[in-house]
Amino acid sequence: MTTLTKEAGAPVPAGADAFLSVRDLHVSFRTEDGVVRAVDGLSFDLERGRTLGIVGESGSGKSVTNLTILGLHNPMFTTVEGEILLEGQELTTARESELEKLRGNKVAMIFQDPLTALSPYYTVGRQIAEPYMKHMRASKKAAWERAVEMLDKVGIPNPGQRAKDYPHQFSGGMRQRAMIAMALVCDPDLLIADEPTTALDVTVQAQILDLLKDLQQEFGSAIIFITHDLGVIADMADDIMVMYAGGAVERGTVHEVLRAPQHPYTWGLLNSMPRLDSDPHAPLAPIPGTPPSLLHPPSGCRFHPRCTFQDRVGGTRCVTEVPLLGPDRSSACHLTADQKRTIFEEEIRPRLR
Amino acid sequence: MTEDLVLPAPREAATDAPGEPLLEVAGLVKHFPVKGGFPIRRTVGQVQAVDGIDLTVHVGESFGLVGESGCGKSTTGRLITKLLEPTGGRIAYRGKDITHATRRQLAPIRSEIQMIFQDPYSSLNPRQTVGKIISGPMEINRIEPEGGREKRVRELLEIVGLNPEHYNRFPHEFSGGQRQRIGVARALSLDPKLIVADEPVSALDVSIQAQVVNLLQKVQQELGIAFLFIAHDLAVVRHFVVRHFSQRVAVMYLGKVIEVGDRDSIYTRPRHPYTHALLSAVPEVNVGAEDDEEVPQRERIRLAGDVPSPISPPSGCRFRTRCWKAEDKCAAEEPPLIQLSGNHAGHLTACHFPEEPTIEARDEDIVLDPALAALEEDADD
Repeated sequence: MTTLTKEAGAPVPAGADAFLSVRDLHVSFRTEDGVVRAVDGLSFDLERGRTLGIVGESGSGKSVTNLTILGLHNPMFTTVEGEILLEGQELTTARESELEKLRGNKVAMIFQDPLTALSPYYTVGRQIAEPYMKHMRASKKAAWERAVEMLDKVGIPNPGQRAKDYPHQFSGGMRQRAMIAMALVCDPDLLIADEPTTALDVTVQAQILDLLKDLQQEFGSAIIFITHDLGVIADMADDIMVMYAGGAVERGTVHEVLRAPQHPYTWGLLNSMPRLDSDPHAPLAPIPGTPPSLLHPPSGCRFHPRCTFQDRVGGTRCVTEVPLLGPDRSSACHLTADQKRTIFEEEIRPRLR
Repeated sequence: MTEDLVLPAPREAATDAPGEPLLEVAGLVKHFPVKGGFPIRRTVGQVQAVDGIDLTVHVGESFGLVGESGCGKSTTGRLITKLLEPTGGRIAYRGKDITHATRRQLAPIRSEIQMIFQDPYSSLNPRQTVGKIISGPMEINRIEPEGGREKRVRELLEIVGLNPEHYNRFPHEFSGGQRQRIGVARALSLDPKLIVADEPVSALDVSIQAQVVNLLQKVQQELGIAFLFIAHDLAVVRHFVVRHFSQRVAVMYLGKVIEVGDRDSIYTRPRHPYTHALLSAVPEVNVGAEDDEEVPQRERIRLAGDVPSPISPPSGCRFRTRCWKAEDKCAAEEPPLIQLSGNHAGHLTACHFPEEPTIEARDEDIVLDPALAALEEDADD
């Protein structure tokens, strides 16, 4: 079974076999301008040892979803509805002390910018040892040894010495390696990587991606991998979820989604992305317009103001009716399955090859 | 002020024969001093940001400059627009030496070389309206276009795909992609001959990136403006630098151009090991591939570590510390940028031990990263 899903809003038995199960999640922020609906009715499941890639542009809600899983949002201004179940434990209503036991232990996170995510005040070794001391009740000495071992594992040369360095003494790629070491120090079951390679150079990115893949094989964690780069997802993930304006619009295994994408937004993303193997003389086909403001999201399908296939659906369904995302392999679009297939085969695919 | 400041900015692109050199750069050097010590701060070192590069941009050409962060590509752009003073070397615009030209001497040339910046948020003055931002260059150069500046600004807004009625709006009312369009309109306001675009799309979302790349291409082709396109994204550069009589790409590493040549030649027949590593590091997507379809595999090269510090770059070949082919000769002798046998004319490579001109998968992956190699060995057992 792949990432199992349900129709938005429909009742579903709590993910009995799923390790992480997000059910009809709504997250909204109160701001001066009004209520921002950052995540609107999102559901997904993740199993142990698998990697879920979440793709989306800025403001699509991909980071907010994962901050909510860890309870890192500001409760003063945030409203969270729906369920997040980690091995059956409800996280949205969990107390701060319970979440603290999870963070860095069972669930760990790798952030985009390692320089701001690491404290400039403590040595790298101490920062890696800290969660190990807290969660494993290890002695200072044992935790330090563990930190050095982890630094060695992620490929920091001379780890015994480098553990005594401060983050500013590390290069960008090494800092990200230190972050990975910190995330993996307690052997987490779930690792959330939020754009972990976006701030890195391409040759370093390739090293880090391969390192994460190899470490996953060794540690067997489930990974949620957030990125805006479809190329990175194709390389890393087992399953893909494409997000747009606070909701998922398409999901399936990497193979399914990349072999025959179904949603006009996914087509748009693929068409607008320059690749090394595409025909350079074919002009890029960008998605018209800009992503909507989540203060006043469009009615019906949130993609309809930018969608070029609206007329094929006919009527006003796209404007009035919210398309639902089915279980397993599916896309939230009013086009019929036949239409999706023919449009992709006849109009999209020739441009991509 | 002097007469020569008032440039009529004629649209004479057609009279410039394409293929004539517009900008020639020879042996360009920029070192930034590193200060240290107390209480008297002395210069304790030099960041060798750009260390002797040569390039030529022809009239109407688009020239791509790629490299990782810290390789000196942005510094090169800023040297060419004379936002920085070069430490050494020579920059000539239409045969005229502008390396150490004064403000006054530069004034007429400045209007012909314009720049588009990376960050659309910090490169527009938040307290000025769009109209003021775009007409600013005309004001400074005292240009009165036919029908007035406002009419010209509205025309420019239309060219870059914005509504002319946005004339009186402020930058914060626009999205990132729209702001970048304002930056393009500002660069076009003086009818430049050369635009230096420093990472113009890297701050934008994927779907917006394509809009701006297409806009720049349209501008380039319809107005015949030469482009120096600086970016770290190899795929974007490959897509931008097309459909011209000449389409060249230069690859930089630690302040040096290590390989330069025709676009297709660089992307499909690279010779320098670093170009190979760079291309193999780009994640690839096979979209719409059938199950039984044979997708040609690309080579896999994983370098170890990061780029060395430009304060004390390695001797000889600067890539040798991360290169799998490095020998004693590489440390002792700096490889010259020359045309290797078997390469197309104009494809120059600076390497003592060049690679085979193919990017197809090798018999064995090159994995230099010790941690990666160890993990992969474990997995194989």
